[in-house]
Amino acid sequence: MSSYLNIDHVSITFPTDNGPLNVLDNVNLKMKQGEFVSLIGHSGCGKSTVLNIVAGLLQATKGGVLLENREVNEPGPDRAVIFQNHSLMPWLSVYDNVRLAVDQVFKRSKSRQERHEWTLHNLELVHMTHALDRKPDEISGGMKQRVGIARALAMEPKVLLMDEPFGALDSLTRTHMQDSLMEIQSDLNNTVIMITHDVDEAVLLSDRIVMMSNGPSATVGEILDIELERPRDRLSLAEDPKFNHYRAEVVKFLHERHNQPVRVDSDSAKELDEENVPGLRLAAG
Amino acid sequence: MSLLLANNRTFGNTRLDQFLSYLASENTGKKFSKIALSLIVPLMALVIFLGLWSVGAKNVQTSLGVLPGPAQVWEQSVVLYQEHIAEQEKESKFYERQEKRNAKKLEKNPDAKVKIRNYTGPATFFDQILTSLYTVGIGFLIGSIIAIPIGIMLGMNSVLYKAFNPIIQIFKPVSPLAWLPIVTMVVSALYVSDDPMFSKSFLTSAITVTLCSLWPTIINTTVGVSGVSKDLMNVSRVLRLNWVTKTIKIVLPSSLPMIFTGLRLSLGIGWMVLIAAEMLAQNPGLGKFVWDEFQNGSSNSLARIMVAVVAIGLIGFMLDRIMLMLQKWLSWDKHAVLR
Ligand SMILES: Nc1ncnc2c1ncn2[C@@H]1O[C@H](COP(=O)(O)OP(=O)(O)OP(=O)(O)O)[C@@H](O)[C@H]1O
Ligand SMILES: [Mg+2]
Repeated sequence: MSSYLNIDHVSITFPTDNGPLNVLDNVNLKMKQGEFVSLIGHSGCGKSTVLNIVAGLLQATKGGVLLENREVNEPGPDRAVIFQNHSLMPWLSVYDNVRLAVDQVFKRSKSRQERHEWTLHNLELVHMTHALDRKPDEISGGMKQRVGIARALAMEPKVLLMDEPFGALDSLTRTHMQDSLMEIQSDLNNTVIMITHDVDEAVLLSDRIVMMSNGPSATVGEILDIELERPRDRLSLAEDPKFNHYRAEVVKFLHERHNQPVRVDSDSAKELDEENVPGLRLAAG
Repeated sequence: MSLLLANNRTFGNTRLDQFLSYLASENTGKKFSKIALSLIVPLMALVIFLGLWSVGAKNVQTSLGVLPGPAQVWEQSVVLYQEHIAEQEKESKFYERQEKRNAKKLEKNPDAKVKIRNYTGPATFFDQILTSLYTVGIGFLIGSIIAIPIGIMLGMNSVLYKAFNPIIQIFKPVSPLAWLPIVTMVVSALYVSDDPMFSKSFLTSAITVTLCSLWPTIINTTVGVSGVSKDLMNVSRVLRLNWVTKTIKIVLPSSLPMIFTGLRLSLGIGWMVLIAAEMLAQNPGLGKFVWDEFQNGSSNSLARIMVAVVAIGLIGFMLDRIMLMLQKWLSWDKHAVLR
């Protein structure tokens, strides 16, 4: 089967002082173009490691990552990363931070003027044009993360990789950012992998939620299809039984079954049938 | 403040009155305490220091007479200044005479060859200061131009770091004065030229400064560069920045504070070592001035050496301030508290 992004039997082992540490074991995930996937799992299970392997920042010990059927083994702007702590250059203004990426990626294909406009366009997408000349230290955490998103979008990546993009934000800012992200996503339809610890966020934003088992030797535990209509509205979803069911599934996985990623839980399958909600299926079982 | 002190009128009645009336006009106690902290307290410390010095010095009898107090030192600094002015006058008169003589010669015979000789009077205290400043400046500049790129390379490449770290660690604690004989010999062996651009003694001093200013800059630059945030380096990897762009846009700005820490340490050490090297090698500069005065052994020598000591301190302080200003000017973080 051909897929847009294929994480294919990825394992990684780190050499440590106490001998080799097998962090990921046989991680498989196939993604369609334009799909939004959330990675959720307990702290330290290896979510960031998965993301870094897709980004090319880490090399898998076994297996590999295919993007449009071509193996990726080094970082590149076609797989833009948004880091948890924004990673803006503190000595560059908001504009220059995005412009640095634009200049680098479109060195040859765009003229100076076009690069200027493209920089502004992307900052407009995240509503940051009012603070072009400010330094990262002079804007709020949410604004920094917006600029980080603008920088990543400006690279026109094939895949957008987000490592807990809103993890450091207060809950109100976080909801704003989620709404912004959904808005941008409905326009651009990017292929996205997002790591999150926030169950609501995962259900609200994703087409699929990938739940990872605990480490060491973590792997994909379960994959939950989220079949909610888009555009999604957080207020009306709050009372939607489907939404709450998905939520419950994720919470259950995290708190009850995360140690048995491969075993079929017949009770929950029955429950699904009764409620007539499609979506839960087992991965790589 | 320093101006007031230099005029020695700090406690002259008019100034004090003016100052007090200024304070009285500010009816806020806050402002007063601020001024008190930033001005009066250091001033008082200085007065106490000068007092202790003048009292203490009187009780120390040396073979060159009583240890000079602040008054004698002040007196000698005035004398040194006057000597400098007198020497300058001599010099300009010398050139005037030479010009006149040559003009006369040319009048008689337009084809006559005129001799133009340089004035070779003794170097005054201020000439020596300029020589030392020039030497430390060139030596430090060369050292920094060598050390910063090395530091960047070692910081970016852990293999290079592992390779060269032992060498650096061994050379770092070596007193640059130990290098002095080697540098002198190497310079005399290699720098042979009929019309030398620099004198050998200048080169020896400057290279000695270079040698000792290398290590702190290399080490601090390496630490700064290897401490560049991993996330920022990942950004540069994702963007596939080439190493020039990476160095200019990411590595240099984020390691600038550490580089400057190294530069300031280097310049401070370089200045200290230069004076000692000049004393040891009899190379022109402040160190030679101190040594000559010591050998001279007149009753004023100790006071004149103390003038030099104060000058060395003030210049060292000034050099550090200049580096600080440079750092503030180059630094992207204008809010950072630098001291
Ligand atoms: N370079 C490395 N060398 C050795 N061990 C590593 C390395 N990188 C990650 N690990 C280990 O791999 C495991 C997974 O780390 P990872 O950062 O991927 O977790 P995570 O799921 O992102 O956690 P969190 O939710 O806290 O961010 C951890 O136990 C970590 O100690
Ligand atoms: Mg992580």
